[in-house]
Amino acid sequence: MDFGSLAFYLFAAIAVVASLGVVGQRNPMYSVMLLITSFGALAALYVLLDAPFTAVTQIIIYAGAIMVLFLFVVMLLNVPREEPASGLFATLGARGLRIGAVLSVILGIEVVWALSRLPRGWFAQDAAATSVSSVKLIGTTLFTQHAFAFEATSILILVAMVGAVVIARKGSAS
Amino acid sequence: MIPLNHYLILSGVLFAIGTAGVFLRRNLITMLLSIEIMLNAVNLTFVAVGRYLGTVDGQIITFFVMTVAAAEAAVGLALVIALFRHRETLSPDAFTALKW
Repeated sequence: MDFGSLAFYLFAAIAVVASLGVVGQRNPMYSVMLLITSFGALAALYVLLDAPFTAVTQIIIYAGAIMVLFLFVVMLLNVPREEPASGLFATLGARGLRIGAVLSVILGIEVVWALSRLPRGWFAQDAAATSVSSVKLIGTTLFTQHAFAFEATSILILVAMVGAVVIARKGSAS
Repeated sequence: MIPLNHYLILSGVLFAIGTAGVFLRRNLITMLLSIEIMLNAVNLTFVAVGRYLGTVDGQIITFFVMTVAAAEAAVGLALVIALFRHRETLSPDAFTALKW
């Protein structure tokens, strides 16, 4: 087994275990920390896929910005424990939760089964295939072919920013 | 050497974990975190298939998914704060009414 395969299995295992921890954890603080771990492992997988730009944005935007936002809210609200079930969940009991869990396990099994039946697609190693790691190429494509989508994204961010301020403002509910 | 299929299987497993999180957790913040897991699983698929096809389009759409995820997290967390002010709880069971 070469270094690339070993690194893939190591980081894939870290990503899966950390994601399971996020879901299994009762304290949202630990969930956020484990999710940052999972994102770090995914960034390493992007490096293995010749996508260093995506790996860096993953660390800076996801682990650095979005997760810090989550951490702020977790600390601000200060609700370390999940409350016991009430309302609809209490009447459905654990059965309702079990149905949801079974459904998602079925989804995972279906995807894995369908993918394992496909013929194996090997990554090309020639110069044309590894040129996707070029940040310059990403930049020129982004600002020529996808320039409109890029500008639309900036408006989306502006709207989200204004919306977040308006929604979370004190007294906006009254 | 790792084939494309292994990346796609990993992505499928991560997506299923995220779905399970949305179903199983009764905490709005953890549910948002599970949605982030799902978005990341999709990102991994885009990057892997983009590398397989030899184009940068996979990485570009990942860039857009990240921006939308940032907007979603900002608005979602603002909603969580506004809801918490109302009911002093993060359980989604408390927010079954459209109006109160």
